Amino acid sequence: MSRFKAHTVLPGFNLALGFTVLYLSLIVLIPLSSLFFKTAELGFGGFWDVVTSDRVVASLRVTFVTSFIAAGINAFFGIIVAWVLIRYTFPGKRIIDALVDLPFALPTAVAGITLATIYAPNGLIGQYFAAHDIKIAYTPIGIVVALTFIGLPFVVRTVQPVLVDVEAEVEEAAASLGAGRWDVFRRIIFPAIFPAVLAGFAMALARAIGEYGSVIFIAGNMPYISEIAPLLIVAKLEQYDYAGATAIAIAMLVISFALLLFINGLQWWSSRKGGR
Amino acid sequence: MSITIQNLNKQFGTYKALDNINLEVNSGELLALLGPSGCGKTSLLRIIGGMELADSGSLLFHGEDIQQRDARERNVGFVFQHYALFRHMTVFENVAFGLRVKPKKERHNEAEIKRRVHELLNLVQLDFLADRYPSQLSGGQRQRIALARALAVEPKILLLDEPFGALDAQVRKELRRWLRRLHNDLHITSIFVTHDQEEALEVADRVVVMNKGKIEQVGTPDEVYATPATPFVYQFIGNVNLFHSRDHAPWSDEHGDAVAYVRPHDIDISRVAQDETALAVEVKLVRAIGSIVRVEVAADGSSEFIEIELSRERFDSSPLLEGDKVFIRPRQFRVFEAEAI
Repeated sequence: MSRFKAHTVLPGFNLALGFTVLYLSLIVLIPLSSLFFKTAELGFGGFWDVVTSDRVVASLRVTFVTSFIAAGINAFFGIIVAWVLIRYTFPGKRIIDALVDLPFALPTAVAGITLATIYAPNGLIGQYFAAHDIKIAYTPIGIVVALTFIGLPFVVRTVQPVLVDVEAEVEEAAASLGAGRWDVFRRIIFPAIFPAVLAGFAMALARAIGEYGSVIFIAGNMPYISEIAPLLIVAKLEQYDYAGATAIAIAMLVISFALLLFINGLQWWSSRKGGR
Repeated sequence: MSITIQNLNKQFGTYKALDNINLEVNSGELLALLGPSGCGKTSLLRIIGGMELADSGSLLFHGEDIQQRDARERNVGFVFQHYALFRHMTVFENVAFGLRVKPKKERHNEAEIKRRVHELLNLVQLDFLADRYPSQLSGGQRQRIALARALAVEPKILLLDEPFGALDAQVRKELRRWLRRLHNDLHITSIFVTHDQEEALEVADRVVVMNKGKIEQVGTPDEVYATPATPFVYQFIGNVNLFHSRDHAPWSDEHGDAVAYVRPHDIDISRVAQDETALAVEVKLVRAIGSIVRVEVAADGSSEFIEIELSRERFDSSPLLEGDKVFIRPRQFRVFEAEAI
């Protein structure tokens, strides 16, 4: 203990660390570990049977694939939105800036119902896709739409401050060296914001994996096709199969944790490469 | 490459940054734009570099109007006060940047790029830092890398915006001598912006003194120091004492309402009155600063201090003490009409 303390001049290390551990225990560690205890009732064989059953595997696949696509879409368009909000001034900019956070504030069920209505084959937008035989609502595409909606703010909000930091001077320097706009973006701006994009992507992904409220209204919830894992968990709970529900939860938890760990590693690596 | 600037104007809102600027920059010379902050020197530099557009007037490189060309087509090297290095790239990649973004047809192969970058890094004497990132370098090293990066594309014109402004005094001094030597070897037409008169006088072939969007004087460092064209140049370059004709008539008697400008080192001190124009003063402060001694005196009953600089040798031959009554007389001065000031 004293070895750590010797390195810091900030007071209150013991108190702060103690509080952090207590807080994380009450909010995160104890609830999550109780998941493992509940699942333990099944034994390893029972657990394995649950998480490898066809329907569970299919739902996990739907959850993670759609979440990945949605987070990817958000990363791409999030960069553009952040770019527009930072680099240009135009009337109504503050309103657009506020609009970005709206998906956070809206109850997810409201978002799901609204999206389902609009993207249904007879809905405001869905009808045009239906004319080309593309169904959005009640398919995995609908899930992606909902997940994109709820994950919108993450990339925008993580990239914005970093983009502000990329001085106009650096871009001018690049231009005076003969670089065109695309070269400037590809070689100067993108490498600078990449760690932030990754961070935003990871958050949007995590949010999408856990999303329930908005998805169930638009997904159609057909087993093996558009049924997400969180829905399956709720279904098992309704059948009083608590251990089965926690088993799926643990499978999601482990996969999510591995994914986030990997993305964080990538982010650490890329920002280290930036010499910062 | 020579630069010709004719009747150039630039306005930011209601603020006139450049007011009808005319300037000729000779091929191969090192020119300093000198002036207080807000005088328009940086705006002028940025317009030449293509980072800013003039409202009116013409800008010619070697007789050719280039105002329609944007920064990347002007073949101008630009060095920024805060370096503007690409911080996610190594020093090597920073310098190589200009070579890598060339159009495919003109681009050199990897071996040639490598050779050129190392040549430039040797030129700025930092080849051993090729694999470092900018954040691992000192300020002086970063600025030298920024210069190497600008030189990589073989610019015809080099523009430097307060290149040593962010560095500490010692490094600044060293770097400006180094820049002067480098310019002697390369002979690229160069313009650098500075608010430091010492820097401008030491480094530049010619100095352009600017104030409030206008050019006050263009001349060699010696000219602007020894024969300032306007009161502003007198005050901005070097120290100066002002004597109003109504108070010190003998020194500026040929004009009605005029002010005489006298450099601190152009004033003689004597214990006896030199002649009838000598001014009786009392020594208020004596400060030895390195090789010179600064003496501040005030006329009887006046609260205005007159600054005088003596060489240490001269001071030692007849030392002064605070409170001594002495006489002063200017060896050299220049009179400006009061309304010209």
